[in-house]
Amino acid sequence: MVHLIWAGLACTGIIYALFNGTMLEVNEAIFTSAQEAVQLVIGLTSVLIFWLGIMKIAEKANILVALSRFFKPLIAWLFPDLPEDHPVMGYITSNFIANLFGLGNAATPLGLKAMNEMKNLEQSEHASRSMITFLVINTAGLTLIPTTVIALRIQYGSTAPTETVAATIIVSLITTFIAIMIDRLFYYRRVNQKK
Amino acid sequence: MIDIISLISMVAIPLFVLIVLVLGTFKRLPTYDLFVEGGKEGLTIAVSLLPYLLGMLVSISIFRSSGALDFVISLLEPVLNIIRVPSEIVPLALTKPISGTAALAVTSDLLKSYGPDSFIGRLASTMQGSTDTTLYIITIYFGSVGIKKMGDALKVGLLTDIIGIITAITVITILFG
Repeated sequence: MVHLIWAGLACTGIIYALFNGTMLEVNEAIFTSAQEAVQLVIGLTSVLIFWLGIMKIAEKANILVALSRFFKPLIAWLFPDLPEDHPVMGYITSNFIANLFGLGNAATPLGLKAMNEMKNLEQSEHASRSMITFLVINTAGLTLIPTTVIALRIQYGSTAPTETVAATIIVSLITTFIAIMIDRLFYYRRVNQKK
Repeated sequence: MIDIISLISMVAIPLFVLIVLVLGTFKRLPTYDLFVEGGKEGLTIAVSLLPYLLGMLVSISIFRSSGALDFVISLLEPVLNIIRVPSEIVPLALTKPISGTAALAVTSDLLKSYGPDSFIGRLASTMQGSTDTTLYIITIYFGSVGIKKMGDALKVGLLTDIIGIITAITVITILFG
């Protein structure tokens, strides 16, 4: 499916540009966005190296295990396929916490490391059940303070820049909950299809 | 409440680093070696991630810069209007799952044109804050571990986005009417 989306977006864009006369913009976009991608990854590299370095110490000092023990019932319910005392639980927990506090810079490396650990557990090219659940929760984006939005609201002269915070929390709570339900539904559908 | 939360997010990272280093030293761990070991893993992840992200970003920006995205938005507007999605918000609803930077630009444009304290402004703020960029997350998370078969992840992710939009409209209508 991702192949279709990927090729589809590019092909539709180029064909549309042929008729729309926007070939110049498309040509420019190819090179600037490639450059932007490299810059984005360089930005990510710095936090990846720093965070996974610190988290390796946290893992060996048993901080990750302690952290995941605190949220164990919830995480174990969300990820029934994962071994309970594996470090992956710690990475998942800390990814959720970092996301909750809007620490995107810390959350992404932790999430990537969690995916890595899940991959090591399964050793397959197929996305495992836990990986899909983890991704779905991440895309639902539960957060306590949407810092970027507050900054934007201040910039455009809002009289109450933080008044949408409560709404944001409610919306992302509901969305996350429904997302988990849909994820479970799809999982049971897959299991039934295999039978 | 907000002050407390923003204070927590400000001190959380330095404090966490402090706790980790103090505990690590206390437990006589080779902290610096461990840091380098973990850091190398981070570097490997970053390198393997680059082609996935670059490919996806280029494809999205071709689609956007050609004007095809705006065309699709104009096609979908009447359909979405039927289910009471305000047409001003349609561009944001459609860019949000595809591109984070584009969505941020759309949100900022909406706040500028309609004012942050208008219905559209509040709705845009809530939508911008409450969901993450599905395609970006899927690209980098699966890309970093070389998963080729994504299963239902994309479907569930996009469904979640739709639900996020509907929930945002409902909640904002109830809270601010």
